[in-house]
Amino acid sequence: MTLKIRYFAWVREQTGRAEEDLVVPEEVASVGDLIAWLTTRGPEFEAAFARPEVVRAALDHVHVAPDAALAGAREVAFFPPVTGG
Amino acid sequence: MIRVQEEDFDIGAEVAAIRRGRTDIGAIVTFTGTVRDVAGGEPISAMTLEHYPGMTEVELARVEGNALARWPLQASLIIHRYGRLEPGDNIVLVVTASPHRQAAFEAAAFLMDYLKTSAPFWKKEETATGEARWVDARESDDTALKRWRRTKRAAE
Repeated sequence: MTLKIRYFAWVREQTGRAEEDLVVPEEVASVGDLIAWLTTRGPEFEAAFARPEVVRAALDHVHVAPDAALAGAREVAFFPPVTGG
Repeated sequence: MIRVQEEDFDIGAEVAAIRRGRTDIGAIVTFTGTVRDVAGGEPISAMTLEHYPGMTEVELARVEGNALARWPLQASLIIHRYGRLEPGDNIVLVVTASPHRQAAFEAAAFLMDYLKTSAPFWKKEETATGEARWVDARESDDTALKRWRRTKRAAE
């Protein structure tokens, strides 16, 4: 499965990239699985997801919980709690 | 209506555009959020707003749709800026119009409470010494949301 992964705010700064296209293994089924898999890619990802409870996720522009299934998704985004307004 | 833009907005011109050609509106509420010069007791020299193009528009439209479903609004407008802003600059404008004031007041507060906790914007503040830091989400913003859930349950 190929996914576009986007990172925002301090998650972007810690991973050192704004977006990337990744081929994700079949067994990575949920957003939580994807976070676990990403953290194996290097210390910058370990740092970005060191406190998984404060990292939020969206699938195709919709907020989701970590147990959300990735099947059918094209774009996944990771970011801190929002602070607009 | 939703607008996400880097440039400033003119509150008077936006309200005039909503009123133009109609006399059925009885109440117009505007809320403007602006950049403060102090955060956590420390002077702030600038703030940069990052957002998620594509999702921002989806979230703002969803929040506006919820307000339109809940109150008898004749018009609504959300403008949110992004990019680098300085103290005193406008950040966000919410306008609601209704035949009576209560719906306009409540819907404007609802729009602000929801967009603050769901629209994908992130603020980074710069201090006078050049240090930059991401603003943390506030627990009080989540508390503000709960009153709408309580109100809804009581009304059902």
